[in-house]
Amino acid sequence: MNPLHLSHFTATTCLGRGLAPNVAALRDERSGLARCCFETVDLDTFVGEVAGVDDVILPAALADFDCRNNRLAALGLVQDDFIDRVAAARAQHGPERIGVFIGTSTSGILQTELAYRRRDPLTAALPNDFFYATTQNSFSVTEFVRRTLQLSGPAATVSSACSSSAKVFGSAARMVEAGLIDAAVVGGVDSLCLSTLYGFTSLQLTSTRPCRPFDRDRDGLSIAEAAAFFLMERLPDEPAASAIVLLGVGESSDAHHMSSPHPEGLGAKLAMEQALATAALTPDAIDYVNLHGTGTRSNDLAEGRAMLGLFGNATRCSSTKGAVGHTLGAAGGVEAVFCALALRHGFMPGGVNTRELDPALPLAYLLHDEARAPSRVLSNSFGFGGTNCSLALGRADAPNVAT
Amino acid sequence: MPGLAGYIDGIGLIGPGLRDWSSAKALLTGDAPYVEQAAQLPAADALPPAERRRVGRPVRLALAVGAQACLAAERDPASLPTVFTSSGADGDICHEVCRMLAGNDRQISPTRFHNSVHNAPAGYWSIATGAMLPSISICAFDGSFGAGLLEALVQVSATRDTVLLIAYDTRYPEPLRRVRPIVDAFGIALVLSQTPGRGALGRVEAELTHDAFDVIADPPLELLRAGYPAARALPMLIAVAGSRPSRNVLEYFDHLRLAVTTAPCR
Repeated sequence: MNPLHLSHFTATTCLGRGLAPNVAALRDERSGLARCCFETVDLDTFVGEVAGVDDVILPAALADFDCRNNRLAALGLVQDDFIDRVAAARAQHGPERIGVFIGTSTSGILQTELAYRRRDPLTAALPNDFFYATTQNSFSVTEFVRRTLQLSGPAATVSSACSSSAKVFGSAARMVEAGLIDAAVVGGVDSLCLSTLYGFTSLQLTSTRPCRPFDRDRDGLSIAEAAAFFLMERLPDEPAASAIVLLGVGESSDAHHMSSPHPEGLGAKLAMEQALATAALTPDAIDYVNLHGTGTRSNDLAEGRAMLGLFGNATRCSSTKGAVGHTLGAAGGVEAVFCALALRHGFMPGGVNTRELDPALPLAYLLHDEARAPSRVLSNSFGFGGTNCSLALGRADAPNVAT
Repeated sequence: MPGLAGYIDGIGLIGPGLRDWSSAKALLTGDAPYVEQAAQLPAADALPPAERRRVGRPVRLALAVGAQACLAAERDPASLPTVFTSSGADGDICHEVCRMLAGNDRQISPTRFHNSVHNAPAGYWSIATGAMLPSISICAFDGSFGAGLLEALVQVSATRDTVLLIAYDTRYPEPLRRVRPIVDAFGIALVLSQTPGRGALGRVEAELTHDAFDVIADPPLELLRAGYPAARALPMLIAVAGSRPSRNVLEYFDHLRLAVTTAPCR
């Protein structure tokens, strides 16, 4: 594929609002996970909760969109001058020539969960102040972003569980390539809700401690929430050396099981191979892989096997979920931001919380940050249903990138 | 904007009063009367027995229309990348999970939880067919068919040869039905290709427009079109059924619509 310019980006996670606190926490090797005290949840687990989401007030014109997920989106959009940068792109390209593709797994389902508690005792009807289309429906967050950014081009929510906001890059890139749009806002927003907290617990996939991806003693994931956004444009003729470029997108399906990965990581390996193929790169061109690395026994084993099969034990890798938790449908976007930060600031993030690596997976897994500047990286995102996506990102000054 | 084009090599169709493409054609052209009947969703026979018992209506519908379209196009399902589009996930599961989470016992079933994801039909399709190719699951509320058709045609013209598009919507039970009145099920699958297959039914070309969208003169068909996001495709399907050149404007977003020009292959 033709490389695309990721001209601006931002992330809001449990580490903080916007890029500055996130890069600072990654470089300090700090985790934002804390014991779960969300809503009325009574589970022994840790979560990555974004501070201050409840305090966000949406503009009056978008009041019907009010739910935790859209409040988190609103909080994320106002960081790092993102709205202004999109406004400049809107002025340049026109509002119908900019697409919006946002990934989410549960959208505003919390609003429905809360509305069910307030069902009419006689008729069981949901309360009149519950708005399905603008809160629970998966498209709600994408429509909210469109209206906030005053964009009116093609749009869709991608909802393929935990690969959602990696896949949006592929969708947007194809539309730019086809000439349907000139630019796109892509990203992911997922927020804490009872469905995912109780659901992942029912599958015995949550840990009672902060998650420890790829650790010998890892025992599950930590659910989290986040919002991450990118502005994707065509690559200018002479990009800045540090410009972040989308080089490739690889996608595959496991065809194996709804909630367990292929044991040998076959789908994961296919997705990484495809990402490399679309970027016209060989594995040795990749300096760092941001792993999906949820911290469950089965995910990390399957992904580790795929890594060993494709990269051997030489390529540096880590999961940043020990720092921010598993942000589900936002994970692809958040981790693409972390990759972009690693490329921009010249470091590779270590895997926070992980102490002793799984001896079954002899990878070059970084337990601590490494002060080596990567030129090209991969970011992995896998999800329920056996959906896999791997993104290849690089700096414009990496050899053969901007030519 | 350049037009996005592809050939329709096979169609799958299930909805109220619609069993499959070949039997539905006559009533889409007005040559046979529309007879109202609840949508018949076959069991997901392509799945292993353990999975087959657990899947809900969206999975059964998506698998059935997808299989119909592949059969008509004489294509091995495992050989096609897929685009799934739906305005919602499984409404029955959503209701059950929210009901439990509102009560005292919040121990939701693990199977129900993993089947609650929007991409459950895509996951089960790949398990049933062995397809390991890329698959995307999208949602654009009432514009979900338009968004899916665009994604599929972009894939056909920009990157890939042949793509299977599966658009489906299934009911919400009360009390959700009152806020999202989808009462039954409607699914459409299209095998779309860059070069026409042997039995190609027509060529479609789509572009964005601000023109008003088409409504259908035949009241029962218009009820379907307006009642299910996937059925927003009906004006285009009626043109294909009639084997005549036609330009139809499909609903997509408030001010942005999809103009689809169809031309018969024979």
